[in-house]
Amino acid sequence: MPKSTEPFWWLLFAAGGTVAAFLVPVHIILSGIALPAGWAREAFAYDHILALVSHPLSRIYLFVLISLSLFHWAHRFRYTLAEGLHLKTAWLPVPIACYGSAIVGTILAAIVLAKL
Amino acid sequence: MSPFHRPPRFNWWLENRAYALFVVRELTSVFIAAYVVLVLLLLRNLALGREAYEAYLRVLATPGMVVLQIVAFAAALYHSITWFALSPKAMVVRLGEKRVPPRVVVGANYVAWIVVSAIIAWIVLGA
Amino acid sequence: MPAPTITLEVLRYRPGQDQAPVFQAYRVPYRDDWVVLDALNYIKDEMDGTVSYRWSCRMGVCGSCGMMINGVPKLSCAAFLRDYYPATVRVEPLAHFPIERDLVIVLDDFMQKLSAVKPWIIRKDERPVAEREYRQTPAELDRYKQFSMCINCLLCYAACPVYELEPRFVGPAAIALAARYNMDSRDEGRQQRQEIVAGPDGVWDCTLVGECTTVCPTDVDPAGAIQQGKLSSAVDWVKSVMLPWGKR
Repeated sequence: MPKSTEPFWWLLFAAGGTVAAFLVPVHIILSGIALPAGWAREAFAYDHILALVSHPLSRIYLFVLISLSLFHWAHRFRYTLAEGLHLKTAWLPVPIACYGSAIVGTILAAIVLAKL
Repeated sequence: MSPFHRPPRFNWWLENRAYALFVVRELTSVFIAAYVVLVLLLLRNLALGREAYEAYLRVLATPGMVVLQIVAFAAALYHSITWFALSPKAMVVRLGEKRVPPRVVVGANYVAWIVVSAIIAWIVLGA
Repeated sequence: MPAPTITLEVLRYRPGQDQAPVFQAYRVPYRDDWVVLDALNYIKDEMDGTVSYRWSCRMGVCGSCGMMINGVPKLSCAAFLRDYYPATVRVEPLAHFPIERDLVIVLDDFMQKLSAVKPWIIRKDERPVAEREYRQTPAELDRYKQFSMCINCLLCYAACPVYELEPRFVGPAAIALAARYNMDSRDEGRQQRQEIVAGPDGVWDCTLVGECTTVCPTDVDPAGAIQQGKLSSAVDWVKSVMLPWGKR
């Protein structure tokens, strides 16, 4: 990865880390703990969630949450692989796989959210 | 002169607690990514219709998925705690000439975290 | 009652004689006000004059006596025997540097990186002496003072896993010193330093392990300097993309 683009990936990582830090825990509580425990049946009812998520602001919110979290993972994981497996961080297959996955995820999120 | 070069180790991260916790911190990003993929799948199943959505909710409620989400929750918490603790390092906040003490910056992050979480919970559960 | 003793296991390496470093144990008197450096000096004076190590001020300001004490980078003049007694103390040369002999490491890599970041006041035009001194307020001093406390002891390099894996990484102390000058109100050389700081093997190699700050004996917080460097370099980059015609 040419060093001139490092700031770009780092900014996405930093934004993603901030978004994830503030938002992911409460989301996991809702969908991962409250929902299976049966505390949020009405909240997660099909009609309610569809209405909630269809709002333009919700779509933007969810797009930002999903995309930035993926870019946060991509940058961090790229360096973790390099440190763990003794790879050069500039060795292209690793950043391509990581950032590429995040880009694919972002595109998929955009498609799903646009078509809701 | 023939200096001796000690080669880099593959188990460097097991050397001490700080390194091990660092690797745990870095790996929390995997759980964050895994969770947002679950969110994406939720949205996809929502778009496919009531039956697909309700089937997906049943999958999320299976024991394996619940365990995964609880582990992801622990990872997300650890990410948040370490992220807030390190935020003053990158951003030096100054009021006039004086630097705002790092723990105030960290505290402000926690307050914002609680407020934002409460708002999200209220929107999903209450509104 | 016999006088108390403590054992030091010192990593020896004699070029031309040893194929690889090997530990040698020395049993020295234990005194509760002694530091590891005192024990080493006792070894050299009374037991084995062939042990080589660097030291100078013996009070934590010169940065010469950095070593691995039980695997932790420390100044040997600041590591008290009483914190280890009665267990054996393992003394090795600073990690991540080639060993020249015994506890003496080859510093050349750091010296080259230090001069590369130009750790001096850079002015576009030097002020003539007749115009008197550069003036600086206490608040202006406060902005960089913490980073000026670096004694070049290299404990931070020994603690940094990135430096272990990527020897080209400029490293914590060099970046902290670049920051010290960038934030000095008298300095006008930030752009020159950015070639190194924001270049390949500058701040972007760092993954904020943070051990550099933990081991620093003078509270420089090099991790903080590097994170601030990432943010300011990223802001530079955004400006260069959004305003390519703008003055840097």
